[in-house]
Amino acid sequence: MTDSKYFTTTKKGEIFELKAELNSDKKEKKKEAVKKVIASMTVGKDVSALFPDVVNCMQTDNLELKKLVYLYLMNYAKSQPDMAIMAVNTFVKDCEDPNPLIRALAVRTMGCIRVDKITEYLCEPLRKCLKDEDPYVRKTAAVCVAKLHDINAQLVEDQGFLDTLKDLISDSNPMVVANAVAALSEIAESHPSSNLLDLNPQSINKLLTALNECTEWGQIFILDCLANYMPKDDREAQSICERVTPRLSHANSAVVLSAVKVLMKFMEMLSKDLDYYGTLLKKLAPPLVTLLSAEPELQYVALRNINLIVQKRPEILKHEMKVFFVKYNDPIYVKLEKLDIMIRLASQANIAQVLAELKEYATEVDVDFVRKAVRAIGRCAIKVEQSAERCVSTLLDLIQTKVNYVVQEAIVVIKDIFRKYPNKYESVIATLCENLDSLDEPEARAAMIWIVGEYAERIDNADELLESFLEGFHDESTQVQLQLLTAIVKLFLKKPTETQELVQQVLSLATQDSDNPDLRDRGYIYWRLLSTDPVAAKEVVLAEKPLISEETDLIEPTLLDELICYIGTLASVYHKPPSAFVEGGRGVVHKSLPPRTASNESTESPEAAPAGAPTGEQPDVIPTQGDLLGDLLNLDLGPPVSGPPLATSSVQMGAVDLLGGGLDSLIGDTNFGAPPAAAPARPGAPIGSGLSDLFDLTSGVGTLSGSYVAPKAVWLPAMKAKGLEISGTFTRQVGSISMDLQLTNKALQVMMDFAIQFNRNSFGLAPAAPLQVHAPLSPNQTVEISLPLNTVGSVMKMDPLNNLQVAVKNNIDIFYFSTLYPLHILFVEDGKMDRQMFLATWKDIPNENEAQFQIRDCPLNAEAVSSRLQSSNIFTIAKRNVEGQDMLYQSLKLTNGIWVLAELRIQPGNTSFTLSLKCRAPEVSPHVYQAYETILKN
Amino acid sequence: MVEKKMIHSLFLINCSGDIFLEKHWKSVVSQSVCDYFFEAQEKAADVENVPPVISTPHHYLISIYRDKLFFVSVIQTEVPPLFVIEFLHRVADTFQDYFGECSEAAIKDNVVIVYELLEEMLDNGFPLATESNILKELIKPPTILRSVVNSITGSSNVGDTLPTGQLSNIPWRRAGVKYTNNEAYFDVIEEIDAIIDKSGSTVFAEIQGVIDACIKLSGMPDLSLSFMNPRLLDDVSFHPCIRFKRWESERVLSFIPPDGNFRLISYRVSSQNLVAIPVYVKHSISFKENSSCGRFDITIGPKQNMGKTIEGITVTVHMPKVVLNMSLTPAQGSYTFDPVTKVLTWDVGKITPQKLPSLKGLVNLQSGAPKPEENPSLNIQFKIQQLAISGLKVNRLDMYGEKYKPFKGVKYVTKAGKFQVRT
Repeated sequence: MTDSKYFTTTKKGEIFELKAELNSDKKEKKKEAVKKVIASMTVGKDVSALFPDVVNCMQTDNLELKKLVYLYLMNYAKSQPDMAIMAVNTFVKDCEDPNPLIRALAVRTMGCIRVDKITEYLCEPLRKCLKDEDPYVRKTAAVCVAKLHDINAQLVEDQGFLDTLKDLISDSNPMVVANAVAALSEIAESHPSSNLLDLNPQSINKLLTALNECTEWGQIFILDCLANYMPKDDREAQSICERVTPRLSHANSAVVLSAVKVLMKFMEMLSKDLDYYGTLLKKLAPPLVTLLSAEPELQYVALRNINLIVQKRPEILKHEMKVFFVKYNDPIYVKLEKLDIMIRLASQANIAQVLAELKEYATEVDVDFVRKAVRAIGRCAIKVEQSAERCVSTLLDLIQTKVNYVVQEAIVVIKDIFRKYPNKYESVIATLCENLDSLDEPEARAAMIWIVGEYAERIDNADELLESFLEGFHDESTQVQLQLLTAIVKLFLKKPTETQELVQQVLSLATQDSDNPDLRDRGYIYWRLLSTDPVAAKEVVLAEKPLISEETDLIEPTLLDELICYIGTLASVYHKPPSAFVEGGRGVVHKSLPPRTASNESTESPEAAPAGAPTGEQPDVIPTQGDLLGDLLNLDLGPPVSGPPLATSSVQMGAVDLLGGGLDSLIGDTNFGAPPAAAPARPGAPIGSGLSDLFDLTSGVGTLSGSYVAPKAVWLPAMKAKGLEISGTFTRQVGSISMDLQLTNKALQVMMDFAIQFNRNSFGLAPAAPLQVHAPLSPNQTVEISLPLNTVGSVMKMDPLNNLQVAVKNNIDIFYFSTLYPLHILFVEDGKMDRQMFLATWKDIPNENEAQFQIRDCPLNAEAVSSRLQSSNIFTIAKRNVEGQDMLYQSLKLTNGIWVLAELRIQPGNTSFTLSLKCRAPEVSPHVYQAYETILKN
Repeated sequence: MVEKKMIHSLFLINCSGDIFLEKHWKSVVSQSVCDYFFEAQEKAADVENVPPVISTPHHYLISIYRDKLFFVSVIQTEVPPLFVIEFLHRVADTFQDYFGECSEAAIKDNVVIVYELLEEMLDNGFPLATESNILKELIKPPTILRSVVNSITGSSNVGDTLPTGQLSNIPWRRAGVKYTNNEAYFDVIEEIDAIIDKSGSTVFAEIQGVIDACIKLSGMPDLSLSFMNPRLLDDVSFHPCIRFKRWESERVLSFIPPDGNFRLISYRVSSQNLVAIPVYVKHSISFKENSSCGRFDITIGPKQNMGKTIEGITVTVHMPKVVLNMSLTPAQGSYTFDPVTKVLTWDVGKITPQKLPSLKGLVNLQSGAPKPEENPSLNIQFKIQQLAISGLKVNRLDMYGEKYKPFKGVKYVTKAGKFQVRT
């Protein structure tokens, strides 16, 4: 008999049946019933309804039954804390049980119940268990301290549990040590201020001793903890390294990689002249290579890390090229990573081997891999000058295969080779031209056209070739169109006599028949250049181009240094700092490599001074929340951040690129020519994207958008304003905001000379025109006015955020009032975020910024909700159906460029919706929720 | 509340995409999180190509693929992925160890034990007991006999005493071990990973070696294992029981072993001149342009085999997609060709130098399709008994701390690992 029988209960009345069995008098039957309950649990069935009945079985001498009940409890203690508390007396009793297994089980389960009330019962048993004679109980209790700390940190501190935990680091039992370290590092991580693992030479020594004693998992925690320590000088760094190196021989790859992290970090402090430095370099290679013989999943993570390590210290693996050679049955994710590292390690010494391999890969089956291999050949040519010729001939061989995608990739990289080594390999152009017809990918077509234009004087039939592309000009992608335009202009400047007609043709195609502003503008520039000063045109268009640089896709050095500190973590797999993507991560605490400090340097010297203290923060490149708030408030200082900030390095690069691209376009080489080194993966053409954004915006404006308008409310009662009553509301229509006012004269005299002013406010709302009341307002007369507003006024953060203070003047007096405007008047028309961007941004925004709200009594279905929100500029980006619930993913953008991301959960038949909002400026969330409420309920 | 848990949940998924077991160490995470995994799986086409780390809006999924099962773990915060992957493999190892196989059926048949194991292996998201010696004392593995006895007597498979290893400083060994026959066996197993190019020269070769031990010794034996040529071992990973300092200073493996089967060390020998290649392959595979057939001809022969017999040879070839069928004649052994997966398998047996095994014949291609660009690689398996190809030799095994005389034995075997011949 096996446990599978437990799955075969009848569907109908299953819970009822189990209930009866659980309450049976027979012990055996009870036990079987609990097993059935657990079997249901394992397949995700909800058996929490049986809670009281299962708990009833707990008071038993039968250890197995008791353990099973605990298994059940542990599963539900977290989600059903109120029920779990029913069992608390039994827990307390079990903590005194003579059997250590039971004591441990009880204290462990109690720790899982996340209710404040449990803590008063837990403290005493926990204190005893931490000092239990049995190590099994002690190690369980150690973890329990971390759990309790999560529920009530203050209590744990007050009760002195932290000190007990620290003492356990020196416990005689390695399992206890491991768990104590794990618990301490968890607590330290979630409460960075707790100063718990205040690392000093003494505590470090303790940890290093524990390192030898502790289990493999504990070693990982210790090593990760050591990596955060900053040795005071190179001597201390070396002595720690010496004690860590034996971990490189551990069978557990996670231990090895954590040790590598510590060594890579502390090596930074060692002088390169030191013998020990060389020894360490040698010791690092074998364990890294060994990681590659592990399971493919481990290999993948190892390779991502090795990629960082070879960028930081190429000397470590420079002789190990061959281990990165690809086996045909490696998983594709391993193949691609290996290829990347091969190129990084390529040098004059090994280039022949590398090329032979790459050529081999170029005939494999997997298209992605083949393409990458062909590109790699090009990268080798650019990186290792001596090999360029061989690379070119390899590429030519590959072109001969006539395999379509191979040919196209080859042409793209040959273009780069031409740019790196001008006037060297042009003899191959004839071969390239033979393949013109087979090119169907824009990148390859653009590359080929560039080549023809650049070397037009050496290609007899350049005009024919280019003309042949011109026929389908409008069907080409922008990339190709731009390239064709430039190439023909180049051709004209080189062979003006026979190509006049051609150039006119392309200029008119670009300027008159195209609706792409990018293309049009470039067409006009050329046109004007050519017509005003052909000599200048020649100088500009045919100017000598800068050579492209050697190494491609290197990680920017400061980021690389930071990533080295995160070896072995998810950050090292994604090559992004953790702050950029991990929810609820370490926030903006940046790690940095230690500065080099020699022990013999006088501590008075200024260089040595900061070494003792934790290193100076690296220049903070990621915009913090504070900065964004600053943006919110200093709107008038600069253009708002219009997209969600990505990892900033790329933003900066993007900006640089924009300039570069613009410049390039002038010298006639745009869009393809941005040298790969300066162009990190960046979608779209640099100039084009800006402009097309603009167009998106206008098209958004074009669709009539009528936001919800609240009925007018009295803002200023007559009795407070000497007879002037003002009521009003806010509207947003077709992209413009206005304040709709109704002025009533309840006084006995005529009112005139009206004027209005706003105080500074959170979003810079200001009247866009003066308040125009055309005729004097007679007693008992009412006038309706729509006052256009803009958002370019002065900014000051108000409390509440949407508070607006208004001053109205007339011939009688000045009156002040304040009103709250609904936030949705600030939702702009281009607030629809791209799906990918949405996903990335959602992850990027830390968890703490997420706010949840309930929208009650809303009878609409998902479609209706979506369309109603859309008319107020809340855009549904994606919709998913999860277990019968509709999940709407939505975005909106405020006038000052702040994005708000939303997840709206709608259950059919339920009028309550759950709204989760994420925003970098979380203070807007409640107001956005208000806006949802208003829009959906009216 | 910032959740700082390591492994949040685990889902076991079979090849047809059914989630057949879930375990949550923290609050319950809905199965729908696996949708992201299924999406990636669909994109990968081949099960082996599913990326091991997948990010979703709220979680990360770290998975391994073992024995036709996916172990998908859900994590929420920055966690060392290797840590998780190692742990998942350890879970799979434990299932294998307990149930004899790591399969859906075995796991379902023992679901209660599985749950107990998972609870014991991880607390609060941290790995606890992952040593099989300890686990087996806490949770007894099922045996046919025990389950029969259990069902008659109503006794349980839960250990009611504490594992003794927990009390000592050698957590990998339980106390009070008793055997009537005391034996210590070591298997030196070496696998050759190699890539051989078209012309037969070695592009890359290395030896992945392990020493697996089966120790059935009473009491607390303290063993020392020494080698004739320890210098070969410069890249070694050790079981935690090995005293590293002794190795550093004397090049002797000194340790108190766990009870039962375990991997003592694994090592890598990579200097090219030390890696002998025991077989060679002569091949000629050609496809004619504009014709629906091709020729296939391979012959295997012994190369640097140190005078030992090479046996258990199997050749596997992934033929190009346009191959419809193959009609071949083996001079020895038998072959199969699967027209769906395009895999040719030739079960050769052993090489007798007098008459070299060969396989030749015709390849039928899809008519009209262009001739395949890629040349298939040959994957070769073989085995050589009583030989460690690196030349590693155990010198002696000494036992201290116990009085009895154990039986000792060392076996050597060399196998092909990832041994590929390009054509």
